[in-house]
Amino acid sequence: MPADALSKVFSALADPTRRDMVARLTRADATVNELAEPYDVSVQAVSKHLKVLEGAGLVTRSREAQRRPVHLEAEVFDLMTKWIERYRRQAEARYERLDTLLDAMPDGDPEPPDTGEKP
Amino acid sequence: MTMATTDHETQIIVDPNVPLVRIIREFDAPPEKVFRAHADPELFAQWIGPDNMTARVDHFDCRTGGAWRYTMARDDFEASFHGSFHDVVPNELIVQTFTFDGVPEGVALETLHLEDLGDGRTRLTATSLVDSFESRDAVVASGMETGVVEGYNKLDALLAED
Repeated sequence: MPADALSKVFSALADPTRRDMVARLTRADATVNELAEPYDVSVQAVSKHLKVLEGAGLVTRSREAQRRPVHLEAEVFDLMTKWIERYRRQAEARYERLDTLLDAMPDGDPEPPDTGEKP
Repeated sequence: MTMATTDHETQIIVDPNVPLVRIIREFDAPPEKVFRAHADPELFAQWIGPDNMTARVDHFDCRTGGAWRYTMARDDFEASFHGSFHDVVPNELIVQTFTFDGVPEGVALETLHLEDLGDGRTRLTATSLVDSFESRDAVVASGMETGVVEGYNKLDALLAED
C-alpha cells in the first residue's frame, strides 16, 4: 500500500461516524439501511460516508445480492493498524532503552547543562 | 489490537487533520533525568538507536540556537540526521528541526514536552510535524527510526470494542 493510499485510509477514518460504521462492520456485513439506523442522519448521508470508505478500499459492496450488503475489507484495515503498531513498537523499544539508562543514571545533576538561556 | 494499555506503554497518535505524529510515554524518573538523557550526547547515543545499529553523535549542542548531527550505522549501512535546536528550556521543553541527510529538502519540526507527574515520574510528549500528509504517512509506513511514532487513539478505542 503506497503512502497516498494510506492517507486515504487515515482520512476516511478521521470521521467519527465512519469509524463507528467500520466498528460495526467488523462484526457482520450490513445493508445501507441497517447502517443508517442508529444515526440521526439520512440514508443519503450514510451513502456518502460509505463512498468515502469505498474510495479508501476499506469496504466493498456486493454487486449481485439484492440487499447489496456492505463488507469490511479487513486486510486493508489490518495493514494500516499493523503499520502503526510496528511504528509504536519501535518507539516503545527505544524508550525501554531509555528506561534502562534512566535507572542507571545517578540522581541529581551536579552540572546543569548550559542551555544558552539569557538571564 | 491493543495500544497504550499500561501507564508505560508508548501511545501513538496519528492526527487526521494535521500532518503530525505524536508519541506519549511515561517514565519512572524525574524530568531532570529524562531531560539530561536527551540533552547529553553521550547519554543520548546510548538509547536513541535501534538495537541492531550504533549511534554516533557527530555534533550536539543542546541549547537554544545550537545544532546537532548524528549517524546510525551497522555493518553495511549508514544514515545521518541533522537539525537545529530552536528552543531549549531545561527539564521542560526541546523544540528542534529534524532532517534526514538523504532527503535534505525535507524537514520536520519536533517538540518534546516533559511534564512532572510528581513522585519522581515524568510524562514525555514528543510531536513531529511534517509538511504533508504524504510525508507523515510515509514516515509511519516506513517505520523509520527517524520518526515519532503515532497511534490513532480513537481507533484504539474503536478496536477495543467487541
